[in-house]
Amino acid sequence: MKIDWSRNETLVALVILGFCVAAAVSDPGFLSISTLTDLLRGGIVLGIFAVAALIVLISGGIDVSFTAVAAFTMYVTAMILNAAAPWMPWWAALGFGMGVGACLGAFNGVLIAFFGLPTLIVTLGTMSIFRGTMLTFIGQKQITTLPPGMRDFGRMMLLRGENADGSFYSLHGAFAVTVLVVILTWAILHHTMLGRQIFAIGGSSESARRIGINVRQVQFFVYIYVGALAGLAGIIHASMARVANPFDLVGLELSVIAAVVLGGARLAGGHGTLTGTILGVALIVLVRNSLIVLGIPSTWQSVTIGCLILIGTGLPAWQAKRAAARAA
Amino acid sequence: MPALQRILSTTEGRLAVIAFGVFIAMALLSPDKFLSVQNLTSMAFQFPEFAILALAMTITMLTGGIDLSVVGIANMTAIIAALILTNVTGSGDGWAVLALALCVSMVVGMLAGLFNGILIAKLGLPPILATLGSGLIFTGIAIAMTGGSAVMGFPVATAWIGNSTVLGIPTPVIVFALLALGVSLVLTRTGFGIKLRMFGTNPLAARYAAVNIDAMLIKVYIFSGALAATSGMVVMSRANSAKADYGSSYLLLAVLIAVLGGVNPYGGYGRVIGVILAVLSMQFLSSGMNMLQVSNFARELIWGSLLIFVMIMNTWRARRA
Repeated sequence: MKIDWSRNETLVALVILGFCVAAAVSDPGFLSISTLTDLLRGGIVLGIFAVAALIVLISGGIDVSFTAVAAFTMYVTAMILNAAAPWMPWWAALGFGMGVGACLGAFNGVLIAFFGLPTLIVTLGTMSIFRGTMLTFIGQKQITTLPPGMRDFGRMMLLRGENADGSFYSLHGAFAVTVLVVILTWAILHHTMLGRQIFAIGGSSESARRIGINVRQVQFFVYIYVGALAGLAGIIHASMARVANPFDLVGLELSVIAAVVLGGARLAGGHGTLTGTILGVALIVLVRNSLIVLGIPSTWQSVTIGCLILIGTGLPAWQAKRAAARAA
Repeated sequence: MPALQRILSTTEGRLAVIAFGVFIAMALLSPDKFLSVQNLTSMAFQFPEFAILALAMTITMLTGGIDLSVVGIANMTAIIAALILTNVTGSGDGWAVLALALCVSMVVGMLAGLFNGILIAKLGLPPILATLGSGLIFTGIAIAMTGGSAVMGFPVATAWIGNSTVLGIPTPVIVFALLALGVSLVLTRTGFGIKLRMFGTNPLAARYAAVNIDAMLIKVYIFSGALAATSGMVVMSRANSAKADYGSSYLLLAVLIAVLGGVNPYGGYGRVIGVILAVLSMQFLSSGMNMLQVSNFARELIWGSLLIFVMIMNTWRARRA
């Protein structure tokens, strides 16, 4: 297999590999199943968010409101299910959350697709609106007794085991949901007409319009889909944390976008891969969980992530600039 | 009414009407509280710190960029200044140390801006990513220098910037007014300002017009860094402490104010007077709602709604025209 050195994916994979080798050298205990399950656990919610952010970036937009959608959804869903439908099984609770998220996403979609407003501005605005509405009119207190469906889901494990040293490891069932989301999104992006249209409007919305793509409709779908994924991530977050805290999640959006961009998606639209996105998420989770193993104190975490973003986006940008200068 | 229509036909005119309307509405809703001297001065002490950040955001947006690192720069420079103020003991009441701290933090702010400028102009990073990354680095440096805790215990002189009045006018307002005037003059009366807007309107045309784009972009981000550092000094003096996570909500607020003020986030158009009007509308709204005992979170809701409302108005008018 030929390795393409100019791709972001290669670069990120190499950094991850280097990180793991360095971590394993400085602490042999790093290479264990519990490290792996911790990493996978850390990637569950972040992974779903990243897939959502990827689709928006491919379509040529940017969405910063998805964390607010997730927080709103998990809080409202926990409240409604507690009050009105405690009998709902876990899969219905997840579905309900996706529905709530999709409605909020549709709100973004209307403003972006039908009013033609810039995506960054709309989602900045709706982020404040969703958060403000939730905290003003719905509530500010944590919900510590989750509805039974979400509680059951929170206890679901894919595998469980005991290490040689007696410590336990487990992999949460929600990981399967993240895998399903990745597969579904891959199928949409690469095996449907809709997927090609998303890439097309991201590449050039004017050209897309001229070959007969209904740009508004595609954009509308993108924001509804992103809303549904964000809602799903919110429910999963609350179930795993076993509490719905309305102040959670918001503030994560820029790290998620950073992970996706590290994986090679371009802000200008039309480019981005799921492989790159997964690698980007893996790197961010690795830095968050395991920086300390390398002997770097955790206070330097945000400096490290900042440097990774600059290097990860700077190298390709610089290569592109050099190539353009050579061609000119 | 042609006069009214002429006012309403510009973004700034509409904003002036909104700011005036909000002021009147709040004054009518709670006349004895909103119009009290105490409330008016407390408003005057509150808005300059994020208004200065909005100025920084405005000049970067005029080039079609954005500076997401302003809060990071403000906190990093505030912490450096705070460390100087607490560790260097000067003679007298601390004016010399204060001057040293201000100079150092201004230089650090400009260096941070230079870093952004090089990333954007020389390496060709998209501004949003370059400043997102560098903002994390600046915040990270601020955390690493303090371990995340607040730095306190400044000489008395420090309070002068954020907590005193000159001829009855709060010092932060004077600082903001001077900066706003300065930015406005630079944007409208200098070649630099014209090049900046030309680049924002059409980068290719600016290049063919022999504008030295790299040098211009670097200057813009240095300028933005210096403004962010100034805001950091005002916050530090008013809070009488410095911490790595102060004002994290100001980033969103600064973007919001700039856009509300009519600055085109894709570059090319924006006036300082619009930004000032947007700042005033926001401050009237949030103080007024405070008087009416609306929760803090309702403010966020109203800010967001206002932003979207103004954007819909602007595009709707543009489309009809």
